[in-house]
Amino acid sequence: MLGKLTWAAIPFNQPIPLVTSIVIVLGVLAILALVTIKGWWPYLWQEWFSSTDHKRIGVMYVVLGLVMLFRGFADAIMMRAQLALAQGGAPGFLPPEHYDQIFSAHGTIMIFFVAMPFVIGLMNFVVPLQLGVRDVAFPVLNSVSFWLTASGALLVNLSLFIGEFARTGWLAYPPLSELAYSPGVGVDYYLWSLQISGLGTLLAGINFTTTILKMRAPGMSYMRMPIFCWTALASNLLIVAAFPILTATFALLLLDRYCGFHFFTPELGGNAMMYINLIWCWGHPEVYILILPCFGVFSEVISTFSSKPLFGYHSMVVATMAICVLSFIVWLHHFFTMGAGADVNGFFGIATMIIAVPTGVKVFNWLFTIWGGSVRFTVPIYWSLGFMVTFVLGGLTGVLLAVPPADFVLHNSLFLIAHFHNVIIGGVVFGFMAGYSYWFPKAFGFTLDETLGKAVFWCWFVGFYLAFMPLYALGIMGATRRMQHYADPSWQPYMIAAFAGAALIFTGILLTVVQLAWSIRTRERRRDLTGDPWNGRTLEWGTASPPPSWNYAVEPHVHGIDAFWDVKTKNRELHKVAESRYEAEHKPHYETIHMPKPSGTGFITAFCAVFLGFGLIWHIWWLVLVAIIGCIGMLLRQAWDTDRDMYISAEQLEEFERLHPSLGTQR
Amino acid sequence: MSGGASAAVVDAHGKPIPLSERGPASAWSMISFGFWLFLLSDIVIFGSLFATYAVLSNATAGGPSGADIFDLKNVFIETCCLLASSFTCGLMLIAAERRQVQRFYTWAVVTWVLGAAFIGLEVTEFSDLVGRGFGPTHSAFLSAFFTLVGTHGCHVSSGLLWLLVMMAQVATLGLRTTVVRRLFCFSLFWHALDLVWIGVFTIVYLGSVHAT
Repeated sequence: MLGKLTWAAIPFNQPIPLVTSIVIVLGVLAILALVTIKGWWPYLWQEWFSSTDHKRIGVMYVVLGLVMLFRGFADAIMMRAQLALAQGGAPGFLPPEHYDQIFSAHGTIMIFFVAMPFVIGLMNFVVPLQLGVRDVAFPVLNSVSFWLTASGALLVNLSLFIGEFARTGWLAYPPLSELAYSPGVGVDYYLWSLQISGLGTLLAGINFTTTILKMRAPGMSYMRMPIFCWTALASNLLIVAAFPILTATFALLLLDRYCGFHFFTPELGGNAMMYINLIWCWGHPEVYILILPCFGVFSEVISTFSSKPLFGYHSMVVATMAICVLSFIVWLHHFFTMGAGADVNGFFGIATMIIAVPTGVKVFNWLFTIWGGSVRFTVPIYWSLGFMVTFVLGGLTGVLLAVPPADFVLHNSLFLIAHFHNVIIGGVVFGFMAGYSYWFPKAFGFTLDETLGKAVFWCWFVGFYLAFMPLYALGIMGATRRMQHYADPSWQPYMIAAFAGAALIFTGILLTVVQLAWSIRTRERRRDLTGDPWNGRTLEWGTASPPPSWNYAVEPHVHGIDAFWDVKTKNRELHKVAESRYEAEHKPHYETIHMPKPSGTGFITAFCAVFLGFGLIWHIWWLVLVAIIGCIGMLLRQAWDTDRDMYISAEQLEEFERLHPSLGTQR
Repeated sequence: MSGGASAAVVDAHGKPIPLSERGPASAWSMISFGFWLFLLSDIVIFGSLFATYAVLSNATAGGPSGADIFDLKNVFIETCCLLASSFTCGLMLIAAERRQVQRFYTWAVVTWVLGAAFIGLEVTEFSDLVGRGFGPTHSAFLSAFFTLVGTHGCHVSSGLLWLLVMMAQVATLGLRTTVVRRLFCFSLFWHALDLVWIGVFTIVYLGSVHAT
């Protein structure tokens, strides 16, 4: 009846997961009780869970990322604490099989359920606004994408209470991840949660590629798109091209584990290196999927707060697309030690170094944008400057690792760990935080507290250096990654410094919550009534903060890069429609617009997907069948649903615009 | 899909507006483009499986190789069925676009039968192999063969289910724009599976003969 699921799956004998589970379950129950008592369910369902508004979905992605950041960070600080203690004969407080789950969960969660939701959340919120359109190409699909991602996150978290998580590292290399060596459900949790969320990501990629290529305001040719949209385009093209490889690779491993196939097994002709090649054919583009939109954020932020157009827009576009293409021919640098020979390693080493060229172009473009500008030192610009310093350093160690002989020495050492945290924290996290503080007032209509924001920045910035510079040194001294204890006591001071750095970063994360709470409390005096708190340049600053569900009452017309800046400075009329009517009656002309209705399809499909994943993990086949029927039922319901549109009348638009004059209607 | 296709082709002075500056595309254009992207992502999945097959095609682990077990005559008939079904699928779409309901049903049924014949032959081939002890768990080569060809077969099978749903849609909703648009996406899907099958036929089946 319940497949492999028994009481033994609950970690009664392991105090850390048990106590954590109880605390989380109580926390979730408390939240559910609060929502029920306050009667918030109808509001949550109508305005958020079933919303097809790209802005709401974007906010939900970011909330998911923030929640999962706590989970992923809890893993990080446990690892750092373990290594600060476990020198010489000391065992530390985490037994090896638990430690292995923690580093696997940390990597999986931080990449798939923190970094990805942050980046996709920003794209969701910003891209349609910047393109001057009212929604993404497929609004219901957008909701499906988000909820599938959330389903994957939920399954990963379930593994904490019911069963175990993978002990294989974040990419689950075989043969260790094969059934013979990982007989538990840990790897299955890993595989199914990533298959489900991966499908969500792929659908988001298709949605955003279509949106950017097919839905831009009139006049917005490709070379007039804001640079963030270009980087989002590159990122989504990579999603469409790379995520199917991940799906296929995991499917092969699942066939090995569930049906006794021999793709990656050590016997009967299986080839484990094939998995490692395939997974990095996805994995390397993945790092650019994450970083490219962040490059876009920095470009917007630096240009806005330098009050100058972005230096070298064209070269920025070319550099972005060059990175997009090059990212597919460097995957082998993750395993030079495979022994493919000097020629192959040489090719991939050089291809890797070449990526530093377009990246360098970008860094110089940012510097030249700042040059001669009147820079306003706001929180987003702090993150951007911190990024430039930190990311260049991470890039340098990356080029160092791209040299195959050096890589043979440093492979799988803490040097590598320091390198990729250097680029992911310095690039993706800083980029997200810059974007978060930059677009927050647009999303909610009030600004975040600047002082606390700067405190958050300094915690992350100093914390990062304190946590990861010692790891570079330890890596050179010979410390390997995924190491649960070590014999050499001279490493301990470095490990303690790294722990202190992680604690400082934790302070930064807590201060982010304090900043949010404080800013909400004091929101009345930090309202953004203009819709343009930063003196912005791109279209999103030309509508109200927060924007209405339809974004723009009148379709904007675009005449150049920095379309909104154009309107403000040259006082050029942006709206063709408004233009013709304005002369006649000094009043913009509104037409009824149609928007997608809210739809429960995404939530309910994902709800079924959770049970599908759970049934598959625990071999509860009747549950799998029910869940599949549920998913297909939702699909059919959607196919026969002919009443999907709702209409916003001209009167409604006029009323809103009277209260919140936007770029089309103000003079 | 919100935002209409306002698409003015010329500006106020009669100058042609470049395609990229005409504003949001029509719903039809967007949906078919999105579906193309989905198909491309599907092709990437097949690309990964082809690569896997190429790597493992000689990893027979002492078991049979492709030349030992493939029955090319069977595969030839399969191929004919699938290619013919693509042709009839084209006729079906023409009928749908002309709103000829009876003709649509006729060609839809012919397409379905040809597709089902393909699946029937494939299932026969698979069960015959498993019966002779050459199932997918026998060697890495057989794992790769069953997965690549089987994934294509799963796609064709879901195409058959989709076609049934589309016939039900035509029966209940009629040949309205949204339904014809879905039929258009279906035909893209069906033709794409043909394309993949050409690859399977060439690399897997003909390739095995060449290898010997």
